[in-house]
Amino acid sequence: MPERAGHQGSGPHPTLVIRGGTVIDRGGERRADLVVAEGRVAAVGEGIAAPRGALVLDAQGCVVAPGLVDLHTHLREPGREESETIETGARAASLGGYTAVVAMPNTEPTLDSAEAVRNVAELAASATTEVAVAGAITVGRLGERLAPMAELAELGVRLFTDDGAGVQSAGLMRRALDYATGLGVTLAQHCEDTTLAGAGAMHEGAWSSRLGVPGTPAVAEEVMVARDIALVRATGSRIHFLHLSTAASVDLVRRAKAEGLAVTAEAAPHHFTLTDGCAAGYDPVFKVNPPLRPQPDVDAVKAGLADGTIDAIATDHAPHAPELKDLPFDQAPPGMLGLQTAASLAIDQLDLPLATVLALMAWQPAAIAGLDAAHGGEQGGPIMPGAPANLCVIDPSARWRVDPAALASRSRNSPYGGWTLTGQVRHTVFRGEPVVIDAEAQR
Amino acid sequence: MSPFPTHLLSIDDLGSEEITEVLRVTDSFAEVGRRTNPKVPTLRSRTVATLFFEDSTRTRMSFETAAKRMSADVLSFAAGSSSVKKGESLRDTVETIEAIGIDAVVIRHASSGVPARVAGWVDHCVVINAGDGWHQHPTQALLDLYTVRQALGGGDVGMARFAGLRVAIVGDVRHSRVARSQISAYAAMGAEVTLVAPSTLLPPSLEGWPIAGVSHRLDDVLEKADVVSLLRVQSERGSGEFLPTLREYTAGYGLTSRRAAMLPPGALILHPGPIVRGVEIASDVAELPASLITEQVSNGVAIRMAVLFLLLGQGPVGGGHHA
Repeated sequence: MPERAGHQGSGPHPTLVIRGGTVIDRGGERRADLVVAEGRVAAVGEGIAAPRGALVLDAQGCVVAPGLVDLHTHLREPGREESETIETGARAASLGGYTAVVAMPNTEPTLDSAEAVRNVAELAASATTEVAVAGAITVGRLGERLAPMAELAELGVRLFTDDGAGVQSAGLMRRALDYATGLGVTLAQHCEDTTLAGAGAMHEGAWSSRLGVPGTPAVAEEVMVARDIALVRATGSRIHFLHLSTAASVDLVRRAKAEGLAVTAEAAPHHFTLTDGCAAGYDPVFKVNPPLRPQPDVDAVKAGLADGTIDAIATDHAPHAPELKDLPFDQAPPGMLGLQTAASLAIDQLDLPLATVLALMAWQPAAIAGLDAAHGGEQGGPIMPGAPANLCVIDPSARWRVDPAALASRSRNSPYGGWTLTGQVRHTVFRGEPVVIDAEAQR
Repeated sequence: MSPFPTHLLSIDDLGSEEITEVLRVTDSFAEVGRRTNPKVPTLRSRTVATLFFEDSTRTRMSFETAAKRMSADVLSFAAGSSSVKKGESLRDTVETIEAIGIDAVVIRHASSGVPARVAGWVDHCVVINAGDGWHQHPTQALLDLYTVRQALGGGDVGMARFAGLRVAIVGDVRHSRVARSQISAYAAMGAEVTLVAPSTLLPPSLEGWPIAGVSHRLDDVLEKADVVSLLRVQSERGSGEFLPTLREYTAGYGLTSRRAAMLPPGALILHPGPIVRGVEIASDVAELPASLITEQVSNGVAIRMAVLFLLLGQGPVGGGHHA
């Protein structure tokens, strides 16, 4: 581009100056401008002059932070491209401030082979966010025999999960934890005992009883959290708990951490913003797994986020094409969109300092996913010269109204349609490229 | 009185005044049913569609007979014979049906909440719930109330008897849309409802339910029951998950001759049908004069005529039912 000719270097993207913001990373908070060139942070400091030809991104009143990392994204490709593709999901992620997402393996086919993992990596090569593949723990996620975890770990897979289902067999889970420990990878469990969950379509309680909808009791989650904590204790392994949703689950994790076990956990925005009563009108947009819970559970999840029991906010972004969400409540697939609303909900609905929200959404999940510098990755690290330029710029006081039809996802199943939220992702920089400017996707 | 609701999705849409009105209007239509030519022109040029995604010959015939006796045109969509199948969205199906220009759709579906969803999608058409999942079956509860009122003297005399009436609802409350409607209906009219069931066949939570109590022993309840309303226990409940066997259920909760003899004089026995004789009720008990099972079926048509009338019959054709 002629107007930018002459800027130092000849990388594919213009030199950027992010001006006027407050930088927050794990090292703390300070007023600073940033220069980004050739995919890296070139300079950090107050009152930096823009190099000739640089693109200036205004960050007045904004927070400049490491790009967000989502531990839990369903991109649907391959197999369910009518609901989402890697391209559309990545765009939604960029708009949500994410510079990396962990793609769940419950695609068709399941991501349980080197071929399947390579395929997603190739499809994601030009995406606007880093797509880290999570591999399946068991072949086909059937819970019967171990997937080739070593082979997938060779390809860089750091997180393994049968998400969508929990590994039902305690015996197989114990072997999986043992095997994972040897490989240095982390297992992530979707805690749901199927014998207790049955055909449950919402939280089992006062609302499900009144509505006549089969319920999933809280204990279906809690027995597997408790079981896996016992297995971690017995094997000396490490585990990550996906989408904790009940008060007792949070408490089990709190006690496991106090005991010194290598346990981490995430919670989804819908579990700290919505309750089971939302399903009173039988709209499947409020159907999700684990289900929305009553207020005391919502309060417990918030408390867990506040006191460090829960390490990460993860979206469980689960697109479903409109025709699937028009099915009767008990037949519709569970899941909600989350990538474009998560940061705003965390800022708006959690009474937490911004630095805590960013810890929960950027550097802590980066470490759990093995995407941080300690694992050879480029996510979540401190913002300093030489650091990879994966950044987000958030205006914590901007207000916006959620319109599901305007979201970048191929699907429309956001339960937040009509909500006005305070806090908006303004710019996202991925590997030095401004993929979102002023809340608009650039490609 | 508040206007009659636009749709009939749940008994909870009705208060005691609306229920009373339904029962009074039913009196008139019951009279029509006794005529040689049991037909009135009330719904001439109106179209009523029955959309049954779940088999129920009895309820569908009852609604269709009611609509025909009111001179409505009747369309019958049976899910098995129409294009409704897995993969086609419910919304498409309903939009197709509404495009035909019907005035009321009577819906039966195995999934709770379908009538409520459909009511949210239609523009001009009235939705009547003919049974959805475990949720509600409002016309069944209304015809039960009508039948009880009739047995207790009919008219205002019968109506006045609901206050303080001791009603025992016995059986699989957990999986019963009939029970959910009955409980709301009896409670709205001032009756005292006791649920009688093994713990596994009660809903997981009874928080906020308008009931007087719960019992796990039918024998304890019978001597103080004015009405015993039995629920069907599907045979699969006896496969060992909810009940060890149906035999064990019958031993604890079946209305046997011995138990029927414990009822106070004048007590009434109801069952929404179809009866599983020998499980919920002994054959000889079902034949007792106290048993109103046959009356329930015959009152079904008049109740449904009253519901159609109150939802459709009072306004001009093509919407504006409550003008």
